[in-house]
Amino acid sequence: MDVTDNQDVFTSSWEYAEAPESQDHIQIEKRYGLFIDGKFEEPLSKKYFQTANPANDKLLSEVAEASEADVDKAVKAARNAFKKWSGLPAKERGKYIFRIARLIQERARELAVIESLDGGKPIRESRDIDIPLAANHFFYYAGWADKLDYAFPGRKVKPLGVAGQIIPWNFPLLMAAWKLAPALATGNTVVLKPAETTPLTAMKLAEIIRDSELPPGVVNIVTGAGETGASLVRHPDIDKIAFTGSTAVGKFIQKAISGTSKKLTLELGGKGANIIFEDAALDQAVEGIVDAIFFNQGHVCCAGSRLFVQESVADLVIAKLKSRLNSLFVGNPLDKNTDIGAINSKKQLETIKKYIDIGKSEGGQVYQPECNLPEHGNWCPPTLFLNVSQSHRIVQEEIFGPVLTVQTFRTIDEVIEKANNSPYGLSAGVWTDKGSKIFHLTKKLKAGVIWANTYNKFDATSPFGGYKESGFGREGGLHGLKPYIKFE
Amino acid sequence: MIPNLNNLSPYDTLGVLERVDRFCKRSIKKSSKVEGLKLALSMIDLTTLEGKDTPGKVKQLCYKAIHPHDKLESLPKVAAVCVYPTYVGLAKKELKGSGILVASVATAFPSGQSSLKTKLSDTRYAVDEGADEIDMVISRGEFLAGNYEFVFDEIASIKEACGNAHLKVILETGELDTLDNVRKASELAMHAGADFIKTSTGKIQPAATLSVTYVMLDAIKDYYLKTGKMIGMKPAGGISNSKIALQYLVMLNEVLGEKWMNKNYFRFGASSLANDILMQLVKAETGHYQSSNYFSKD
Amino acid sequence: MSRLNVNKTYKIFIGGKFPRTESGRYYSLKDKKDNFLANMCLSSRKDFRNAVVAARKAFEPWSAATALNRGQILYRLAEMLEGRKDQFTAEIHAMGSSEARARKEVEASIDRLVYYAGWSDKYQQIFSAVNPVATPHFNFSAPEPTGVVSIIAPEEHGLLGLISALAPVIVGGNTAVLLASESQPLSSISFAEIVHTSDVPAGVVNILTGSKTELLDHMASHMDVNAIIYCGNEDKEIQMIGELASENMKRTVFYRKTDWFTETAQSPYFINKTQEIKTTWHPVKI
Repeated sequence: MDVTDNQDVFTSSWEYAEAPESQDHIQIEKRYGLFIDGKFEEPLSKKYFQTANPANDKLLSEVAEASEADVDKAVKAARNAFKKWSGLPAKERGKYIFRIARLIQERARELAVIESLDGGKPIRESRDIDIPLAANHFFYYAGWADKLDYAFPGRKVKPLGVAGQIIPWNFPLLMAAWKLAPALATGNTVVLKPAETTPLTAMKLAEIIRDSELPPGVVNIVTGAGETGASLVRHPDIDKIAFTGSTAVGKFIQKAISGTSKKLTLELGGKGANIIFEDAALDQAVEGIVDAIFFNQGHVCCAGSRLFVQESVADLVIAKLKSRLNSLFVGNPLDKNTDIGAINSKKQLETIKKYIDIGKSEGGQVYQPECNLPEHGNWCPPTLFLNVSQSHRIVQEEIFGPVLTVQTFRTIDEVIEKANNSPYGLSAGVWTDKGSKIFHLTKKLKAGVIWANTYNKFDATSPFGGYKESGFGREGGLHGLKPYIKFE
Repeated sequence: MIPNLNNLSPYDTLGVLERVDRFCKRSIKKSSKVEGLKLALSMIDLTTLEGKDTPGKVKQLCYKAIHPHDKLESLPKVAAVCVYPTYVGLAKKELKGSGILVASVATAFPSGQSSLKTKLSDTRYAVDEGADEIDMVISRGEFLAGNYEFVFDEIASIKEACGNAHLKVILETGELDTLDNVRKASELAMHAGADFIKTSTGKIQPAATLSVTYVMLDAIKDYYLKTGKMIGMKPAGGISNSKIALQYLVMLNEVLGEKWMNKNYFRFGASSLANDILMQLVKAETGHYQSSNYFSKD
Repeated sequence: MSRLNVNKTYKIFIGGKFPRTESGRYYSLKDKKDNFLANMCLSSRKDFRNAVVAARKAFEPWSAATALNRGQILYRLAEMLEGRKDQFTAEIHAMGSSEARARKEVEASIDRLVYYAGWSDKYQQIFSAVNPVATPHFNFSAPEPTGVVSIIAPEEHGLLGLISALAPVIVGGNTAVLLASESQPLSSISFAEIVHTSDVPAGVVNILTGSKTELLDHMASHMDVNAIIYCGNEDKEIQMIGELASENMKRTVFYRKTDWFTETAQSPYFINKTQEIKTTWHPVKI
């Protein structure tokens, strides 16, 4: 019997009953205003938009839509607060941020449930990854506030002033933490715009910020869609823009601020190469492949969306991968046993479906396990595309969904060339048991984050960011301070 | 034929731990929990392996095996009772007609530091006394010294001495140091004729862990794909409560699946597990947390 | 009749527990007006020996804890101390400081703990290096904790001085056996209670009270202690420590004239003093 045959003899029989996470302790308001100058306020625009649960299309809440005038109000509040905030003894600034970290820890479960309701990711991920990482990010940067003299050898630093920050919908609370923590620790004040499909955890964070007694105006949160973001980018009194999102919008922002003195960091898209050598711990590598592309439904800029498997073990790895896909549960994000949750929005689901159609029309061979997808909501089963190559569009373009393209390779030089053959350069994965091979690959791959024998690992102390069109600037770690300071 | 141990894929310990952690995060509730608990109970090898064992102790254990908790209806019986060779005869007598098997440790259990002659004699004695299953230990010293042929031959000899009795091969994973060694030892055991591969004697720490069990299940999986033969697996020692037992079952379910989810291919080597399962079953029925005072300790 | 206080017995802190000194001896602590405050344990060399055993046992798991974990524990110490600010202020006041000065000392102590909590996962980033060697190797140097550290706490500022000497040692992954200020010992034992309630694993911090003259020899000569930190300005004592420490190459750290209230009394370089630098090489050629 061939190892590649019939991994399906191992189908499971024991079905797990529903294990829904309890929701009765959480609080979501019917409607949220903008968080400006330390309090929630009605938008000048008087407009609100809805946010729904992508797993069942049910309405969760309404949030304010910030107009240009609202954004202006927020920036003014941030500017007014800046002098006092940056003038505080640094250790006191740090203590505010420590408070925010602690409050997130105390309210962790509620935040995790709301994150899953609003965005569609499995509760297992929001509970065990998103929320703890967010708290830790505040914890880490709180400690830097009074230690900046040690962070830049030979130089003393000052904050930039007011930062405008725009974050995406794939890790709403975590991205807010990644933006706010270093900005505040270095003495800046902030206007933050959450993504329009996932505003709720930002609203809860606003409550936490208010409870921490952070001086009013230091953090302002303006909800809205693309227009709100554009207003923020255009605003003349912003010293710094930080954006995480698509490469297309990133380019637009870079163009929009050219000629101004605004500083910019961008964390954009990617098409991560995940490389499996024949001498890898293959079983763990298969798990790594699954984590790399199906974590958060593949809505991850650094997802390992291009699999490269050495030809000598390709059949085996693909057979094991297919078998593993059969054991992934796609379903209710609030069920603790769910592995893959809902796609964040109808729009994103359409995009993913479009790419799957493109892939099919390009001659790619599709594999999707049988899934009982719920009737309402946005769903996509884990998807593999075999027999594809560098020239296929689905191998070149970012899909941002649970779709993995699979290519084989023969030599080290070949896979390095193919991995680097992309306008993106955010991340890569290398799987081999041989140390020197790891270091050789990490040296040659043109990506800002390289995972060896692991994938999708994040830590507050570890700098994250891309090469090439995946953006510039780093978030996390010592290097994450630089984008928010200038030298005296 | 001794298998080729040089072309095995290595294991990454952290990767295995992460996979195991995913299994532990499964939430098993309601009917699926009751189902799992009953299955776990049916897979227990109720064990007493102490220097101070006496006929009285073994008799009481056998009664408990047949009557775990008469207040609960339709409870499955445990799979087997596991004792030292000197008690096999007594256990057979006590368990006659119950359907519960008698397993015996042998081969200079637990250390295995003895001559082949002694080990064969030990095994034959237990088999002659009526043991249905023999739990042997491999020679860990020889294994760590790289004498794989020795280890292989020894298992094959014991298998022969077992006759019709099933052979469980204890790897004593707590002494094997690395997951790669656990895989190698599993290969040797399966190819040499083991019917079951078992983690531990329960006499040293660490005993069974989810990580070594995972590697052994993976070995069984590959062996099945290669030969079509199903090998059973038994984690032993340290599985003291239902929560842990259910984690093992989740892992078994998602790695090997339906065909292995029964006592013919999976056992728990445990002593206090049974009562914890019973308490959980009663709690599932009544909704109230239980006290050990209400469950017989034998 | 007004209510009678239940006075606290001040025991020592070893291995996460509060035993009395095995010697059964004591010394009497009086306030400025010569009124009785408390009987302090006069710790023996055997107490010190037991504390080193506890500290050694705790070293491996503590040094293996994540930097995040250690930082969170130090922050917890700050939270606990903040919550008991009044108690500590009253104790320091009873030992002779003005109430205002006592309060200032407690607040400075809390902030110092927060300061070092914040360094737990950062000092590695400023003290490590990837070294661009001239051969195809990946080469990096990173700090590792030294091991078990003896600490002779400052005589003045029994709380702030103790915390300032202790925090950089433990945040770096070392374990400590600390001899409290002989004249200002009350805060040290109350601080041991804080350690006890802050998820600090047993044996990481051990606190003895007693006579410096009696214990200094053992603290400096014990062959299973890796470093000794002395806060004080006595030349003879410093000389003695240097000589005894050389027997097993203990790292010696002297804080001679430190004003614990100033910013110069805290620094990541204090963490570095009980760290060893390890350099690792690995080929990069395939």
